[in-house]
Amino acid sequence: MSGPDHKSDPGNATGGQLPAGSEAAFSMRGTLLRKNLMTALLLAPATLWLVVFLVLPFVAIAIFSVGERAPEGGYQAAFTLAQYANLPARATAFWNTMVLAPVGAFACLLVAYPVAYYLALRAPERWRLILLALVVIPFWTSLLMRTYAWMYVLGGRGIPALLAYVGIEDVRLINTPGAVLLGIVYGYLPLMILPIYVSLERLDRRLLEASADLGATPLSTFFGVTLRLSLPGVMTGFSLVMILLLGEYLIPTLLGGGKVFFIGNALVDLFLQSRNWPFGSAIAITLVLVSVVVLIAANRISARLSGARRVDLI
Amino acid sequence: MTAVPDIEFRAVTKRYGAVTAVSGIDLAIPPAAFVALLGPSGCGKTTCLRMIGGFEQPSEGQVLIRGRDMAGTPPYRRPVNMVFQQYALFPHLDVEENISYGLRQARPRLSSREISLKAGEALAMVQLAGYGRRKIHELSGGQQQRVALARALVNKPAVLLLDEPLAALDKKLRTDMQIELQNLQREIGITFVLVTHDQEEALSMSDFVCVMNGGRVVQLGQPSEIYDEPADLFVADFVGKTNLLSGKVAGLSGDLVDVALADGTVISARKRVPLSRGEAVSVSLRPESLSLSAPGGGGLKGIVRNRIFLGSTAEYAIEVQSIGSLLTKADHMTGRGNLFKPGEPVAIGFAAGAPLAFPQPKNNGTNQREDQHVKILS
Repeated sequence: MSGPDHKSDPGNATGGQLPAGSEAAFSMRGTLLRKNLMTALLLAPATLWLVVFLVLPFVAIAIFSVGERAPEGGYQAAFTLAQYANLPARATAFWNTMVLAPVGAFACLLVAYPVAYYLALRAPERWRLILLALVVIPFWTSLLMRTYAWMYVLGGRGIPALLAYVGIEDVRLINTPGAVLLGIVYGYLPLMILPIYVSLERLDRRLLEASADLGATPLSTFFGVTLRLSLPGVMTGFSLVMILLLGEYLIPTLLGGGKVFFIGNALVDLFLQSRNWPFGSAIAITLVLVSVVVLIAANRISARLSGARRVDLI
Repeated sequence: MTAVPDIEFRAVTKRYGAVTAVSGIDLAIPPAAFVALLGPSGCGKTTCLRMIGGFEQPSEGQVLIRGRDMAGTPPYRRPVNMVFQQYALFPHLDVEENISYGLRQARPRLSSREISLKAGEALAMVQLAGYGRRKIHELSGGQQQRVALARALVNKPAVLLLDEPLAALDKKLRTDMQIELQNLQREIGITFVLVTHDQEEALSMSDFVCVMNGGRVVQLGQPSEIYDEPADLFVADFVGKTNLLSGKVAGLSGDLVDVALADGTVISARKRVPLSRGEAVSVSLRPESLSLSAPGGGGLKGIVRNRIFLGSTAEYAIEVQSIGSLLTKADHMTGRGNLFKPGEPVAIGFAAGAPLAFPQPKNNGTNQREDQHVKILS
């Protein structure tokens, strides 16, 4: 390092021809620079995280998806769209997922909305936090464990055994579509309740009074004001749950008996068992694209219906 | 045939737990009047309005609208509409949708042609024709105020309720809206009930002012009555500016009392309630009933402390020995007021009949208004 030179350098560079007040401008630029540096430093960890764990894997998957399966499994460099052309081979899995995700999310919504409504608008103030905590606390246990628990509750020695005890024989609960739906609603309920709760909590209560004042019955107030203004929360919850359901395979496997295949199953199979990484990657990319489309659509719809200028998804 | 009051309160009390917001109010609001419920915050005026609207139920007593007891009638079945504080316009609807919201609730249903026709008329009435497709957040505060008015009036309510409707507007706009509201009320010919804590607003707009304090109606009357003949010390002090002078009753003669002030001066004042000799009283003297003249004549003597120039008028704060500071108001145009400068000695005179004597609250504190609150609340 050149000690004395270094110090006089900036002065020399600007050479004293600057008009009065330039010193202030100069130091302001310095402050700005420092501010930018600070911002960059603060953003660095998050950026690094996103690059390493999101962008790079995504790029890798994208590259894999136009490659070929190596003879012994895995990936072999190539450029072909053959994997995408092969997507119809898994059409059933796609179709099942495309049914499961919205239906599951909708079932979740039907259960979550009344709960969120009660919490936000009806529950006594001092109970609200406790009730909210009760909604969230089960989330602290792994979903896998909770789903296993349901296997026992719904299985032969669970509820059916109890029903048999009171004389109702041969009730089959586990390995039915109903069991899958139950597992999904149970598992994803908090993700649906919380955003709806937030949007209802923020609702200006005087709007409800104004609606009643203008002659609207409680029912028309609900559909005309409450529901419309809570749509951003509904859409957030719905897209959150739906996107997670697009990749879900655990609950259907455990509670549905694994007879129906979803994209999640297909991905596990292709990456871990048959080791056809390029085809798995093509499916994964397609899944991501579908998710993005769903997100954008949900955002647009709720923005239009609730009259909000901008809708934050989460 | 006596007209049925549009709004009637019969012994209405409203309690929230241990707190009594409104206690035993009897009130009849005549048809087609502009009535202001005036009082300091927490006096129960908003609670009264909300009981008319149906958002609160009286704990005791009855609220009647056009002679019908409203007990058990929800807000959406009452023939009244409200202009809410900060308007409560629906943010997800545009201006026209906001205005037609009430029309859409009507059963049997109105045709969409009829709805848009009426909404258009309402928009024109509040001078917002052409604004129908605007979003609420694109409007200024004054425009939002007009939308709220149109949204309520389009339903042709028997009574329009206004909850501090002008509080959010700046002073100039507020004055314009005061005139506009008055014109609207005369045009439509329905009862307007306005809640306000602004005495100037209440006096300037309404046909009747109902002054409330501590959950009770203290006085109901025309603005000039309220101002000139306040029922008690609270009204005298709350409505308009006034000087309160403490003294003792020195003599009684009919409607008049002689009050000996602290400095020994005896002034003659009218009384509103029976007073007895020796009783401690407060004498209310409006600033504009005081006149200033060069010292030498009779009346109270004082020294000009401040001159507050207000354009058409000027106010003087006059320091009077052992009585305190008195506020006087002089018409600027006559030039009389301009003669005096701070530091000058003056004599204060007043018109006979101007001073009003009221019994003083029991504990003789320095802050009259606080004492009065305590007295009325207990």
